[in-house]
Amino acid sequence: MALYDTRRRSNAIAMGLCWGAAGFGILFLALILAALLWNGVKGLSPAVFTQMTPAPPGDGGGLANAIAGSVLMTALAVLVGAPIGMLAGTYMAEYGRASALTTIVRFINDILLSAPSIVIGLFVYEVMVAPMGHFSALAGAVSLAVLVIPVVVRTTEDMLLLVPGPLREASAALGLPRSYVIRRVAFRAARAGLITGVLLAIARVSGETAPLLFTALNNQFWSSNFNAPMASLPAVIFQFALSPYKGWQQLAWTGALLITIAVLALSVGARALSAQRTSK
Amino acid sequence: MNEASDVRERTIPVAAREDDAVTDMAMTNAAGATASAGRASVLRRFALDDLLFRTLTRSAAIAVLLLLGGVIVSLFYGSMPAIRAFGFGFLTSEIWDPVADKYGALAAIYGTLVTSILAMLLAVPVGLGVAVFLTELCPHKLRRPLGIAIELLAGIPSIIYGIWGLFIFAPFLQAHVQPLIIAVTGPVPVLSTLFAGPPYGIGVLTAAFILAIMVLPFISSIARDVFDTVPPVLKEAAFGIGCTKWEVMRNVVLPYTRVGVIGGVMLGLGRALGETMAVTFVIGNAHRISASLLAPGTTISATIANEFTEAVGDLYTSSLIELGLILFVITFIVLAIARLMLMRIEKKAA
Repeated sequence: MALYDTRRRSNAIAMGLCWGAAGFGILFLALILAALLWNGVKGLSPAVFTQMTPAPPGDGGGLANAIAGSVLMTALAVLVGAPIGMLAGTYMAEYGRASALTTIVRFINDILLSAPSIVIGLFVYEVMVAPMGHFSALAGAVSLAVLVIPVVVRTTEDMLLLVPGPLREASAALGLPRSYVIRRVAFRAARAGLITGVLLAIARVSGETAPLLFTALNNQFWSSNFNAPMASLPAVIFQFALSPYKGWQQLAWTGALLITIAVLALSVGARALSAQRTSK
Repeated sequence: MNEASDVRERTIPVAAREDDAVTDMAMTNAAGATASAGRASVLRRFALDDLLFRTLTRSAAIAVLLLLGGVIVSLFYGSMPAIRAFGFGFLTSEIWDPVADKYGALAAIYGTLVTSILAMLLAVPVGLGVAVFLTELCPHKLRRPLGIAIELLAGIPSIIYGIWGLFIFAPFLQAHVQPLIIAVTGPVPVLSTLFAGPPYGIGVLTAAFILAIMVLPFISSIARDVFDTVPPVLKEAAFGIGCTKWEVMRNVVLPYTRVGVIGGVMLGLGRALGETMAVTFVIGNAHRISASLLAPGTTISATIANEFTEAVGDLYTSSLIELGLILFVITFIVLAIARLMLMRIEKKAA
């Protein structure tokens, strides 16, 4: 019986530790979200969406230019990155399913997917900011596009691989060329999945700070000029949080809350879309 | 022949129901008197279109490869002045002095490795514990919602963790936890140097802790996915001969998924090494190597984020880019190993 007791005891200890780990992890993540909500909501007002970022000491004002900058740069990044990513993913899932190129691209893409984003910022600085001689929103958008591509490549390939082969065979048997089969049949069957990938990519880049710091820099004023520095929410949060001014710090919290809500909404949306797909 | 054209006439509009110039043309042409001539031209267009689309997708795939190549080449090119000026000594010098224009990466490399390794020491056991909880212990009703919550948390931008660390966690550590640690470890020989000094709040230990919280959801969700690849029969057989849950985890699930778990951990490590925002807020940006974990330090990414836009002079900028190159090489190796391991478990599951 002694052996039995020992085994039971070690099981109880180990499982207790797992319970503890789960409690510990969930506690901290809940603490972070609670602090974010508590501090962020305090600063939430219409002015946040209508007024420009204030000069020091940062009383009043809002985040309008930063929000607009983030939306503009993210939109351009997705417009540039998503088509490239989709085409590359299409090649990997359709034309080159068995080719060596696909294996290599998949491997490299997976590494790009988790490569440090600050290095991507340095890369874009080297190829765009330095030759142009000044910081610009265009460079910021390009660095975000570089982050969009791997996410879209990955989801496009995965989603196209889920499309049943017989569907392709049936359309090919009707005499449709390969490119039509892909665009008219496979793309359409995988549409929800492809949109999911784009949503995930937007969620990924909308919180990215590091690559924007030395590509788009920051701008205290409203700007829609892609050839000039542009404000973005993450960059503003970074600058304001590290400042000594209370007003700025409050805006940083509010901005952080806005980003988190946006990212969570996008991820939930993407999840709902793909769930809809699988239930069909 | 007639039958074939008949099929084509009917099926093309069905397959591509929406308006499309090519298929429209195919239909009108085929219906017309010059059926075969029209078909030939449509087929030519099909072939051309096919070739174009194939080339387009293939070049996009190659562009992904070029992207990685471009990153490496441009970083290397950008760091040439620093490499020429300092050579190999860049890696072994602790001096980072913008005034004298002398730079060494050792303090930043040390900070990066120490914060990441400490973070993994904390996050791996807890993350695996959470994964075990989710696969074995959690009530069935909560399993899905908790799993989804953890996956969502893995997507939260790192700047959120950074701002929480700066405003809430670091002041809390400074006021309540660090004085206690210093008091308790004071009389113990080795620990007293490890936890020496005034409680700054910010510092290496704080940064490591924030990193740990940040990579925790990653490790948990990957470990959970990997645990799910274990065939139920294996687990049922072990339960059937009377194994406890812990014994099943230790002797069946973990050995079966070892490669995948290590891959997931390495992926988390890659994430921690390159993480910028969560660390920059709380590390203190001090270019020195101190024995105490409570002292401020720096990491490669924090140095770049803090100093790049203020860097004047080619050598300063170039040194920062060389730091970026070093970071990229380190993470590349870690991530490559992680992917190779995860690929192995995927093959096994398939």
